[in-house]
Amino acid sequence: MNFETIVFYVFAALTVFAALRVITSRNPVHAALFLVLAFCSMAGIWMLLEAEFLAITLVLVYVGAVMVLFLFVVMMLDINLVQLREGFWRWLLFGAALAGLMAFEMIWVLGSSRIFAGRIAIKHAADYSNTKELGRLMYTDYVYPFEIAAVILLLAMVAAIALTFRRRKDAKSQAVAKQVAVRKADRLRLIKMPAENRARQGLDSTEEVAR
Amino acid sequence: MMELLQTLHQAGQGLFGPLWLPLWTLVKIVAVVAPLMIGVAYLTLAERKVIGYMQVRIGPNRVGPYGLLQPIADGLKLLFKEIIIPTGSNRFLFVIAPIMTLMPALAAWAVIPFDVGMSVANVNAGLLYILAMTSLGVYGVIIAGWASNSKYAFLGALRSAAQIVSYEIAMGFALVCVLMASQSMNLGDIVRGQQGGAGLFGWYFIPLFPMFLVYLIAGVAETNRAPFDVAEGESEIVAGFHVEYSGMAFALFFLAEYANMILIAALTSIMFLGGWLPPFNMAPFTLVPGLFWLLSKMSFVLFLFLWFRATFPRYRYDQLMRLGWKVFIPLTLVWVVVVGAWMQTRYWLW
Repeated sequence: MNFETIVFYVFAALTVFAALRVITSRNPVHAALFLVLAFCSMAGIWMLLEAEFLAITLVLVYVGAVMVLFLFVVMMLDINLVQLREGFWRWLLFGAALAGLMAFEMIWVLGSSRIFAGRIAIKHAADYSNTKELGRLMYTDYVYPFEIAAVILLLAMVAAIALTFRRRKDAKSQAVAKQVAVRKADRLRLIKMPAENRARQGLDSTEEVAR
Repeated sequence: MMELLQTLHQAGQGLFGPLWLPLWTLVKIVAVVAPLMIGVAYLTLAERKVIGYMQVRIGPNRVGPYGLLQPIADGLKLLFKEIIIPTGSNRFLFVIAPIMTLMPALAAWAVIPFDVGMSVANVNAGLLYILAMTSLGVYGVIIAGWASNSKYAFLGALRSAAQIVSYEIAMGFALVCVLMASQSMNLGDIVRGQQGGAGLFGWYFIPLFPMFLVYLIAGVAETNRAPFDVAEGESEIVAGFHVEYSGMAFALFFLAEYANMILIAALTSIMFLGGWLPPFNMAPFTLVPGLFWLLSKMSFVLFLFLWFRATFPRYRYDQLMRLGWKVFIPLTLVWVVVVGAWMQTRYWLW
């Protein structure tokens, strides 16, 4: 058993533990944090596979951005646990069937000897850039699927915003363009007045200072 | 210097065998983290002194000559203070949050090159690694805010989460421009890409000047420093996410903030200001070791951080969001296209 195998088993155990806790912990914030842990340990496993680009991107995108927003929302929700658990038995059969189907699919794909027969992971030299290879493939051989996926994501993003965005009538905001466009002449008027003759009013300069 | 390290490396390999690699890595980590911690301590003093002079005060001058022992006194004071864990807080998360803030701030230093070939790890995807690590820092803030079970802390955490996620996008696009210009994500190669006969005119801050500004400002926002310190906002939400923290737990947040500042300064120097390269490619400048140039550039950027704090009032929250989303992101997107087009012409000199 070499060092890499030990590291793999540590990360794998951590991933399984975290994934289990995601669905078993009562507090949704804890569940979200365990999901973060699962992502991080998964990134560790990918790193062992020398897929450093994917591993770092997983941390950057999912842990660094998606889960932050997730936590952001979950923390602000006032979740009633009793209400959440209400439909558990009713939906259990359906959920179990779905889970079984997914597990079957995964075993079918990953376990089939045809896909992985005769394929072993090749160890690359230290100067081999995983990122460059991925980029080359994505922008040459797979450019159409890649671009279509990007457009679908963009569409989903715009649709999500369009569906949930509601403009409040009582909201007030500043029109920054107007603020910037304001000139001195719009706000300030300088008036020229003749100076008053103070001596005639009986005020001398010392009284003026005292006031 | 390099030869000495090489011989030491070889001697160690002979002496310790397979145990040498972890040992050597540990030595390298200590060699980076120990000066960093001293730097953090003295950055706090520098901040108080610089802001003091800008406000026509003297700053701390009682502990030691010129107040030089002030950071040590502060550290000792915080070390001996009691850590109070509020009732109704989530104990585990409350304790782990400061650690989670400091961890990424230190981990990111693994790929920073200090001189030619002088880094803890020479990673090909170094730039991505840096982005990933700096994006993890927000967790400490969010968890601290939530676990404290306090309204002010929670408000601070929400503000901070929104702010950091928004500014990360602009920061990421600014870095995309850098990696387009250098055609590499390896930080060492990025510095090497700025090398040339032209000295400081070869550095990326000239072709990528808007990105340099965006990165610097987004860096200030990412580290929650004034004028973008709405996460703390003493005048509005007392101290934001760390209002419930005391003693060493608070000190860890403090350490992380300053370590992050130094990190952003190092990254700005490496990516836009030529890293370890001398400003002029002439005899007296090229003789000085590269580490000196990197440190002086970092000091300059850090001085800017302090200068900002002494100069600008705090941004209002909605203005901050507007700046991030409506100004920086469009600007960086346009500049990505501009740089891409510029690089196809023969006027690209970098």
